[in-house]
Amino acid sequence: MVEVNYSQRRPSTVISIDRIPELKGWRQNGDRIEMGACMTYSEMEDPLFAAYVPSLAQAARTVGSPQIRNAGTLGGNLATASPAGDTLPPLAALNAQITLRSLRGERITTLSNLITGVKSANLGRDEVIVKVSVEAVDGPQEFLKAGTRNAMVISVATVALVLDAARRQVRIALGSVSPVPLRASAAEGWIADQVNWESPSVPDKEAVEHFGELVASAATPITDHRSTSGYRSHAVGVMAKRALARALS
Amino acid sequence: MRNCETPAGGGDELLAQYTLNVNGKACGVTKGRVEESLLYVLRERLGMTGTKNACDQGECGSCTVLLDGMAVCSCLVLAASAVGREIVTVEGLTPPDGLNDIQQAFVDHGAVQCGFCTPGLIVAAEVLLRDRPDASTLEIKEAISGNLCRCTGYGRVISAIAGAAEARREAQGGC
Ligand SMILES: Cc1cc2nc3c(=O)[nH]c(=O)nc-3n(C[C@H](O)[C@H](O)[C@H](O)COP(=O)(O)OP(=O)(O)OC[C@H]3O[C@@H](n4cnc5c(N)ncnc54)[C@H](O)[C@@H]3O)c2cc1C
Ligand code: FES
Ligand code: FES
Repeated sequence: MVEVNYSQRRPSTVISIDRIPELKGWRQNGDRIEMGACMTYSEMEDPLFAAYVPSLAQAARTVGSPQIRNAGTLGGNLATASPAGDTLPPLAALNAQITLRSLRGERITTLSNLITGVKSANLGRDEVIVKVSVEAVDGPQEFLKAGTRNAMVISVATVALVLDAARRQVRIALGSVSPVPLRASAAEGWIADQVNWESPSVPDKEAVEHFGELVASAATPITDHRSTSGYRSHAVGVMAKRALARALS
Repeated sequence: MRNCETPAGGGDELLAQYTLNVNGKACGVTKGRVEESLLYVLRERLGMTGTKNACDQGECGSCTVLLDGMAVCSCLVLAASAVGREIVTVEGLTPPDGLNDIQQAFVDHGAVQCGFCTPGLIVAAEVLLRDRPDASTLEIKEAISGNLCRCTGYGRVISAIAGAAEARREAQGGC
């Protein structure tokens, strides 16, 4: 809409999808949580939803302002495919499945197949994002965002961490530190071996430190007007350690 | 007050004719361009200039209106997509013969300087006090985090909203 207001984009056709009931809200389906593409950030902040997908609720809370959170949607955040899209790291860490529909039919894709570059989504001109589905994971989740202030801020770096106790996995995804959301796979694999899964905890401080280093080295950030690449790598390392400590506390 | 008739639109191909429900009144828009924002239509086509435009990109909140009871930036809402929804602007929150309690509190607390941000802040404060009558200072700050004010430094705005909240609680015989 900003591009339209500034005449950088003159739409020849507009299709309003915000009153289609099937695209709204969220529902539980077995062990999965299904979110309509038109679910707003405010709806993600709802404690009932936050109980199932806390990392996404935390991410939603950091978006823009109340006015932006009342209007902005999950589908819009995905289609925009910004490296700084705040819902993307949680969705990456949750192995989200994204359903797209067109007159040609329906297809289900993953975040890494959908988002292919900076503001570039593998989305046909005739395709609409209809649904995003994630597992209701057994274990804590965290989302942390670094920015220049607390409100109305585009992220400088973000971290989403999911502790999947059933699979004995620690999944961590980074935002704003590469063209697309990034999973820190080496760090994930290493820390999963260190965690005592009987009563989730990490044996020592060095293990947590090393986890932070592995996460920082996974980032491939750029320097731009918001931050330097060095700060971004440092920030994801610090936030990864903090997220792990919170998840295990 | 001008009535809700719209002047003729430009010569673009994508013209639309629709009716918006603004402050309980049906307002017809004819020959509106499809890409026009709700803010543009309110101000330029319906002559309701209480809602302000300072950025046209969702950053400043001076265009805040209620859409089905939720505060949104009207500059980011496609006007034609607001058909069938209940739109309330600052004019709709203002009694015909004066100010409402939040507006009066802004005056009493000196929370208005140039006044450009004020309509948006009034709308944001209205929903806050509706949803959280006993809002804490932190909640007030969060509720107005999308409203930029370049004059007051926010201190007086926060005390005005806190003052209005307290007065409402007292009027209801609460603590
Ligand atoms: C002031 C401001 C602050 C912001 N702050 C943040 C922030 O802190 N963090 C953050 O992540 N983002 C932020 N954003 C970006 C914004 O939140 C996202 O881009 C948002 O989710 C857009 O949602 P929307 O529904 O309004 O999409 P729209 O603006 O309506 O659409 C955006 C694009 O996505 C397409 N699209 C929308 N829905 C679908 C769908 N279901 N299927 C296919 N294509 C679709 C549209 O065609 C369009 O091209 C901010 C934006 C503004 C204006
Ligand atoms: S004019 Fe809409 S937010 Fe500034
Ligand atoms: S009073 Fe001037 S911008 Fe707020």
